[in-house]
Amino acid sequence: MPKVTLDNLDAVAQQAERERAGYKAMLMVCAGTGCVSAKSLPIRDALRGEIDRRGLGSAIKVVATGCNGFCAHGPICVVEPEGVFYERLKAEAVPELIESHFVKGKPLEKFLYRKNGKERPIPLEKDIEFFAKQHCIALRNRGKIDPENIADAIRAGAYRAIHKVLREGADGDAIVAQIVRSGIRGRGGGGFPTGLKWKSCLEAARKRGVPPFVVCNGDEGDPGAFMDRSIVEADPHAVIEGMLIGAKAVGATEGFVYIRLEYPLALERLRKAIAEAREWGLLGTGILGTDMEFDIRIHQGAGAFVCGESTALMASMEGRPGEPRAKYVHTVEYGYRNQPTVLNNVETWANIPQIIRRGPEWFASIGTGDVSLSPWGGSSGTKVFSLVGNVRNSGLVEVPMGITLREIVFDIGGGIPDGRSFKAVQTGGPSGGCLPESKLDLPVDFDTLVEAGSMMGSGGMIVMDDRTCMVDVARYFVDFLCDESCGKCTPCREGLVNLREVLTRITRGEGRESDLGLLEDLGAVLTDGSLCGLGQTAANPVLSTVRNFREEYEAHIHDRRCPAGICKDLVKYSISFECTGCGACVKVCPTNAITGETKKLHLIDEVLCIKCGTCMDVCKFDAVKVQ
Amino acid sequence: MGCVVCRDMIDVDAIVDGWGGDDEFVIEMLQGVQGRFRYLPEAALERISERTGADMGRLYHIATFYKAFSLTPRGEVAIQVCTGTACHVQGSVRVIEAFSRELGVQPGKSTKDLKFSLDGVRCLGCCGLAPVVTIGPDLIGGVDSSKVPRLIKKYGRIPAASTKKTAKAGAGERADA
Repeated sequence: MPKVTLDNLDAVAQQAERERAGYKAMLMVCAGTGCVSAKSLPIRDALRGEIDRRGLGSAIKVVATGCNGFCAHGPICVVEPEGVFYERLKAEAVPELIESHFVKGKPLEKFLYRKNGKERPIPLEKDIEFFAKQHCIALRNRGKIDPENIADAIRAGAYRAIHKVLREGADGDAIVAQIVRSGIRGRGGGGFPTGLKWKSCLEAARKRGVPPFVVCNGDEGDPGAFMDRSIVEADPHAVIEGMLIGAKAVGATEGFVYIRLEYPLALERLRKAIAEAREWGLLGTGILGTDMEFDIRIHQGAGAFVCGESTALMASMEGRPGEPRAKYVHTVEYGYRNQPTVLNNVETWANIPQIIRRGPEWFASIGTGDVSLSPWGGSSGTKVFSLVGNVRNSGLVEVPMGITLREIVFDIGGGIPDGRSFKAVQTGGPSGGCLPESKLDLPVDFDTLVEAGSMMGSGGMIVMDDRTCMVDVARYFVDFLCDESCGKCTPCREGLVNLREVLTRITRGEGRESDLGLLEDLGAVLTDGSLCGLGQTAANPVLSTVRNFREEYEAHIHDRRCPAGICKDLVKYSISFECTGCGACVKVCPTNAITGETKKLHLIDEVLCIKCGTCMDVCKFDAVKVQ
Repeated sequence: MGCVVCRDMIDVDAIVDGWGGDDEFVIEMLQGVQGRFRYLPEAALERISERTGADMGRLYHIATFYKAFSLTPRGEVAIQVCTGTACHVQGSVRVIEAFSRELGVQPGKSTKDLKFSLDGVRCLGCCGLAPVVTIGPDLIGGVDSSKVPRLIKKYGRIPAASTKKTAKAGAGERADA
């Protein structure tokens, strides 16, 4: 492969564009982790087979893309250039689809999206309410390119920003100034201005005279969050290009991506992308035919949430247990191998090329507040959220900062399914909190959510309906953090165990009158006394639920009752008159606790029942009740 | 017996060599060993210590710190029930309890015949398909407790070789090679 240079990048892009224009239609099959597990690869193969069989191979191309974002409706295929959106495809229906769409020229209705699954079909992707309100910067190429084909990425604009930087001969200070002006703040959760971080690193490297490193944090550990996985799966070159610009800004020649063990597909795509970039002269020595030198290596995580913390991540990269250290000395000065290090999250890196290409003022014009004087003045740009839980349209959404929670949950997310009602939305993972209905009109940005007692975090947004017990949710997060606390500092290690003990007692119906005060006291100690961000924010899930859902805690403590019917020790299962006597529950009950004649009301024996919930899972008539 | 150990040591050496014997990559080496043996045998740790100069204390610290490692043999087929927040609010507790009940093992343990190991993991990043389970190489979405017996039956029939292959893939490969 000839190397890409400053002079021929445009030609390479045009060549790829011409090749693409030669096809009448492109079938973009989602091959993100979600759709792959819903069997999208056999569909891709069936599409290719059927197209070849009909001799349409020169007119229609099938492309496996990264995550489309609308995961709950997979497997997904979008027909470009019109953008016809097919969902929940089946491999055996492929001939029918090709026949209808391409031979008869009519989209196949049964696989089109319908609001609430029943209204009139909506053929075009852009008309679906899930996509309509989104504004994609980091995800701009999702479902639009083949992530395993660098030429396709270049066609879509990859490496144009680094091209611009190198052609203009911008120096480190000039690049850093642009990033500062854009107002971009760290997308990993902390919200520290990226430009200021780069500036400190550049200054430290100059002062000390040692080469710095750039590192990409892909250790996305927050439960209920998969933004970084999707970005890497859909557009790995955006991350590589972001790192190239960062390297040029601070003067680094070595970069590292730290990626989570649980993401095998993202890891594979990134490996391929790095290898291709090297082959094409976009990594290694003589980048784009200039004297720039930079290369990226991958470090694979081994399963530890705390490794998302900067000092822990660097310890892990050095082959040590991922334990954080106190940050009197910042990692921008003494980071990886004790050298100045810039660490940014995947989503932040993916935003950088667009800031350079379209200008910092364009980026700053999106979002809230005024960042013209300081990046701390507001939240510019967009944020990717994984909108999941009890919400109709779950998936990945990118929205401008300042949008309200209500717009995200109800307009984009389509509200709560199964006729249930909204109870809370959890943001910020184990460091964030649960916000009730009354906070839904708050604009989403870094500072507002912190004031509301939660935080934006890396972008997990879990919607909870009225069947969710908030005490159980608080206990769930504390339990998670107990497992994940590295144990180095006492407030976090012991404080979390104590929080868990108190919360467990409450969920068992053994709560004491003094427990709510105790939770608040313990929370304050954790917040003030812990060494790293994990401990300092660990009490948020507890404190926010105590504040916003106090009556639910009180019901557990005073009335020994779980209003949501989740806490096992406080509920019992019974069968109501909706029972048709179908016997489905009798067959699955592991303890044979259900009896009843066919077509007659069944009965659960309370003594034998272990409250496993299997009967509720199989009942088609909602006859199994929890009280 | 001796020969088996010799052969195993050749594998360990190959893993260490794949990372250039550099102690900065001991975590990656241990991942290779875990993939090859489905646990970290003491002899392998000693070998890595000897070859890289990382002391045994550090290796045990790493082995017990990170979730990917086990000091006791794991089952042939790894069952991982996602317990991320989205899965949790959609009933993953009932799913993991069902696996535990059907297999007769606690989460974090393996069955006596070393066919299955059962773990709860924190978020597989497929929250749109919650509740999610991975069994061997496959990721399965929308699992509820009533589907568990059938899944165990299905994966219990898979011959040992096919699952071993996936466990081995990637072992000893240098990430940037």
